[in-house]
Amino acid sequence: MNKVISKHYYSENVVSLEIEAPRIAKARRAGHFVMVRVGNTGERIPLTISTANVERGTITLVVQKVGVSSRKITELEVGDEVTDLVGPLGQATHVENFGTILACGGGVGVAPLLPIVEELKKAGNKVISVIAARSKDLIILEDQIRQHSDEVIVMTDDGSYGKKGLITEGMEEVINREKIDQAVIIGPGIMMKFAALTTKKHNIPSIASLNTIMVDGTGMCGACRVTVGGKTRFVCVDGPEFDAHEVDFDEMLMRLSGYREDEIKADEQYLCVSKNKGKA
Amino acid sequence: MNNSEYLKQERAAAWRDDLRKAKKNKERTSLARVKMPEAPPIERARSYVEVNSGLTPEQAINEASRCIDCANPTCISGCPVEINIPKFVKNIERGEFLEAAKVLKETNALPAVCGRVCPQEKQCEASCFYQLKLNTEPVAIGYLERFAADFEQQSGKISIPEVAPSNGIKVAVIGSGPAGLAFAGDMAKLGYDVVILEALHEIGGVLKYGIPEFRLPNSIVDVEIESLRKMGVKFETNFIVGKTATIDDLREEGFKGFFVGSGAGLPRFMNIPGENLVGVLSSNEYLTRINLMGASSQGMDTPVVRGKKVAVIGGGNTAMDSVRTALRLGAEKVSIIYRRSLEEMPARVEEVKHAQEEGVEFLTLNNPVEYIGDDKGKVKQIRVQRMELGEPDSSGRRSPVAVDGSEYIIDADTVVVSVGVSPNPILPQSLPQLKVSRWGTIEVDPDTLQSSIPDIFAGGDIVRGGATVILAMGDGRKAAASMHQYLTNQTKK
Ligand SMILES: Cc1cc2nc3c(=O)[nH]c(=O)nc-3n(C[C@H](O)[C@H](O)[C@H](O)COP(=O)(O)OP(=O)(O)OC[C@H]3O[C@@H](n4cnc5c(N)ncnc54)[C@H](O)[C@@H]3O)c2cc1C
Ligand SMILES: Cc1cc2nc3c(=O)[nH]c(=O)nc-3n(C[C@H](O)[C@H](O)[C@H](O)COP(=O)(O)OP(=O)(O)OC[C@H]3O[C@@H](n4cnc5c(N)ncnc54)[C@H](O)[C@@H]3O)c2cc1C
Ligand code: SF4
Ligand code: SF4
Ligand code: FES
Repeated sequence: MNKVISKHYYSENVVSLEIEAPRIAKARRAGHFVMVRVGNTGERIPLTISTANVERGTITLVVQKVGVSSRKITELEVGDEVTDLVGPLGQATHVENFGTILACGGGVGVAPLLPIVEELKKAGNKVISVIAARSKDLIILEDQIRQHSDEVIVMTDDGSYGKKGLITEGMEEVINREKIDQAVIIGPGIMMKFAALTTKKHNIPSIASLNTIMVDGTGMCGACRVTVGGKTRFVCVDGPEFDAHEVDFDEMLMRLSGYREDEIKADEQYLCVSKNKGKA
Repeated sequence: MNNSEYLKQERAAAWRDDLRKAKKNKERTSLARVKMPEAPPIERARSYVEVNSGLTPEQAINEASRCIDCANPTCISGCPVEINIPKFVKNIERGEFLEAAKVLKETNALPAVCGRVCPQEKQCEASCFYQLKLNTEPVAIGYLERFAADFEQQSGKISIPEVAPSNGIKVAVIGSGPAGLAFAGDMAKLGYDVVILEALHEIGGVLKYGIPEFRLPNSIVDVEIESLRKMGVKFETNFIVGKTATIDDLREEGFKGFFVGSGAGLPRFMNIPGENLVGVLSSNEYLTRINLMGASSQGMDTPVVRGKKVAVIGGGNTAMDSVRTALRLGAEKVSIIYRRSLEEMPARVEEVKHAQEEGVEFLTLNNPVEYIGDDKGKVKQIRVQRMELGEPDSSGRRSPVAVDGSEYIIDADTVVVSVGVSPNPILPQSLPQLKVSRWGTIEVDPDTLQSSIPDIFAGGDIVRGGATVILAMGDGRKAAASMHQYLTNQTKK
C-alpha cells in the first residue's frame, strides 16, 4: 500500500513523489490534499495532491523540506511505502470560466497551484501565472505551469533567474496592463498576505489556499482554525481555499509560529541522530 | 421466554441457590464496599500508570458476596445493555471468573472498557438495591466487571464468540469507536462479512485518541480489537467514507448494509475574544496529540505545548482527562474552570475525585470571557467572570447566570477548551438525501436505528451527540439486530 513509484528532485530541497493510491487518485479534484505520516513515530502533515493519474492509480506530491516530517517524506525512495496516507481532504477548487486569471505561486506554493491552473485553463480561462521564489534553485514546476498557462512571469528576490523583485511587483505589472477577473494566491503566509493586499487594492476577487498547522485534517482538532471574515473556520474541512481579502493573515502567521521552537529542536535532533546512524 | 422469565430461570440454578443459602443477607449487607486500590496521587499525577490498579481476587470475591442476588434485580435496568449483573457477580463469588466474563460478553462486547469508564454511579450502581433501599454504598458492579474482564484477558483464555457460517453478505462499518466495534462483533457472529472503515490510522475511536492511558490503557482496547479480528472482522484504516470513497462506490463494490458510527468528533469553541491565540487549544487537539500521536513520549515527531499554568474550561470527562494530562506533562498549576457547581459536573464522580486528589484546582461557578495575549500572540491571562445558579433549565439543571462586575484576571500560559463536541459532518455532507437534525445528528428510527436511507443505520454519538461508551455500544448491537432483520427480508424478496 502507498508505495512510492517514482521520485524526482526539483532541487536539493524540493522533491516530487508519485505514490500508489488508487482510491485517492480516483476521488480527488484540484485543490484537495492528503495527510501523510512516515514511520511509527511520525507526525501527520498535510500535502496538496499536485496531480493524479487514475489509470496508473497514483497521486503526485511535491514536497519541500522545512522540518522533520517533510524531510522524512523527501527521504523516501522508490519502492518504500508511506506508513499512512489519507484523503482526499478539503473542498475542491471552484472552477468556472471567469475570463482572465492571475495565478500567483510563491516557493513550494507552486505545487498546489499547478492542478488549479490546469483546471482553470481547461475551463476556458486565459491564465497568466506569476511564480516566484528567493532564488533560481527554488523555482519549481516552471515547465508544467507553462504548459497550462498563456503566459508565465518568473520572479526571484535576488534576480538569479527571471525578473528581480518580489511577486507583488510581477503581479502589479500584469494588473496594470490588463483586466484580471480572478486571482489565485498560494505560497508562504507572508507572501499571501501581501499578494492579497495587492489584488485588494485593485478590487480583484481573489482566493488564497491556506497552509495552517494540522493534526488530523478531518475537522476533529481545531488546530487549523483561522479567522475569515470575522468568523472562525477550519482550514481542513472548510478550506483550504478562502476569499483572500477576508483572511486574517496576521493571526494565521502568529498561529503558525506556535510550535516553532519545538520544531527546530526536533529537526536538529533528527539530523543529529541520522548523522550518527550514518557513522555506525 | 421473555427476559424476566429467563432471569428467573437463571436465578433458580442450583449453584445460585446454594450461594444464597451459604450466607445470610444480614451478613452480606454488613460488609463494607471495597476500596479500589489506586496508585498514590503524588506518584501517579506525574506518570501515565493506570490510576486504578484493579481488585485482587480476594477483594473481588468479598465484594461479590455483598450482592444479595435480588429476586428483582433492579441493577439490570440501570445498565443500558442489560448485563445479567447478579449472574456475573455470583460467578465471581464462587470463583468462576472466566464464567463471569462469559456472562458479561453475552451482552457487552467491551467489558474491560465499560468496567473502567461507565458512569456507574448514574447507571447500574444507582439502581442497586443497596442504593435504592438501604441508602448505602451500592455493590461495586463496575469494579467487578473490570475484574472479571481483566482476569479473562490476562488468563490468555479469551473466549471468542462462535461465528455462524459465512453468509457471504458484505456490510461496512463507518468508524471504529465503541458503536462500530459492537456492531461489527454482532454481525460477525451472524455470519456477515464485516469491514470496518476508519478515518484515522488507529482503530478504537475515542477509546484510543480521547481517553488517556492512565484511565484506559490502549492495550486493553487492543485485546478486544484482536478478538474481533479473530472473528473475521476486517479493518481498513486511513479510509474516510465520503472522501476516500462514497457510499455509492461501496454499494458498487457489493456492500449491502452500512452502519454509521462516526462519532461526535468536532470541537466546539465559545467564540470569545482571544480564542485563536497561540496556546489556546481544544481538548480534542490536546488529547489527540498525546494519545494518538504520542507527543508526550521521547522520539515522537508530534509536538505538544507543555504549559506551566494550564487552565481547562469545562466540567465533563474530557475536561478531567485534559487537566490531569496537563499535570502529567509537568504543569505547575492546573485548574478547571466550570460555569456551574461541582454537583452539576457531567464528569464521572471518580474522575472528579481523582483530579482533586492529584491537586487540580476547581474554579467552579466561573466562566472565561476573554483570553489575553502577549506581544507574540501567545495567551498569558484569562479574564474570568463569576457565576451563580439561577432557575432550573429544560435539562433540570440550574442554569448559571453571570454576576455583574465580578470579572477578574488569572494567569495561564495554556488554555484547553473542553466545552463539548458536535457530530462529525463529513459523512452526512456526502449524502444529501440523509436526514439530519439541526444539530447535525443523523435522524434514525428509535427502535431500529435505520436512517432515512434504508440500507444505512446509525448509532452512537453521531445520533446522540456526545454520550457514553456504553450507549454507543448498545446502539451498535441494536442496529446489528435490525440490519440483520432488514437484510434477511431483502434477500427473501
Ligand atoms: C492544505 C495544505 C497543503 C499543503 N501542501 C503542501 C505541498 O503540496 N507541499 C509542501 O511542501 N508543503 C505543503 N504544505 C505545508 C506542509 O504541510 C508543511 O511544510 C509541513 O507540515 C511542515 O512540517 P515539518 O515537520 O517538515 O516542519 P515543521 O517542523 O513542522 O516546521 C518547520 C518550519 O516550517 C514552518 N511550518 C510549519 N507548518 C507549516 C505550514 N503548514 N506551512 C508553512 N510553514 C510551516 C514552521 O513554523 C517551522 O518554521 C501544505 C500545508 C497545508 C495546510
Ligand atoms: C476525552 C473523552 C473522555 C470520555 N470519557 C468517557 C467516559 O469516561 N465514559 C463514557 O462512557 N464516555 C466517555 N466519553 C464519551 C465516549 O467516548 C463517546 O460517547 C463514545 O466514544 C462514542 O462512540 P462512537 O462509537 O459513537 O464514536 P467515536 O468513539 O467518536 O468513534 C468514531 C470514529 O469514527 C471515525 N470516523 C468519523 N467519520 C468517519 C468517516 N467519514 N469515515 C470513516 N471513519 C470516520 C472517527 O475517526 C472515530 O474513530 C469520553 C469522550 C472523550 C472525548
Ligand atoms: S456496562 Fe456499564 S452500566 Fe452496564 S453493568 Fe457494566 S458498568 Fe454498569
Ligand atoms: S440490585 Fe444490587 S444487590 Fe441486587 S442483584 Fe443487583 S447488584 Fe446485587
Ligand atoms: S486539522 Fe484538525 S480540525 Fe483541521
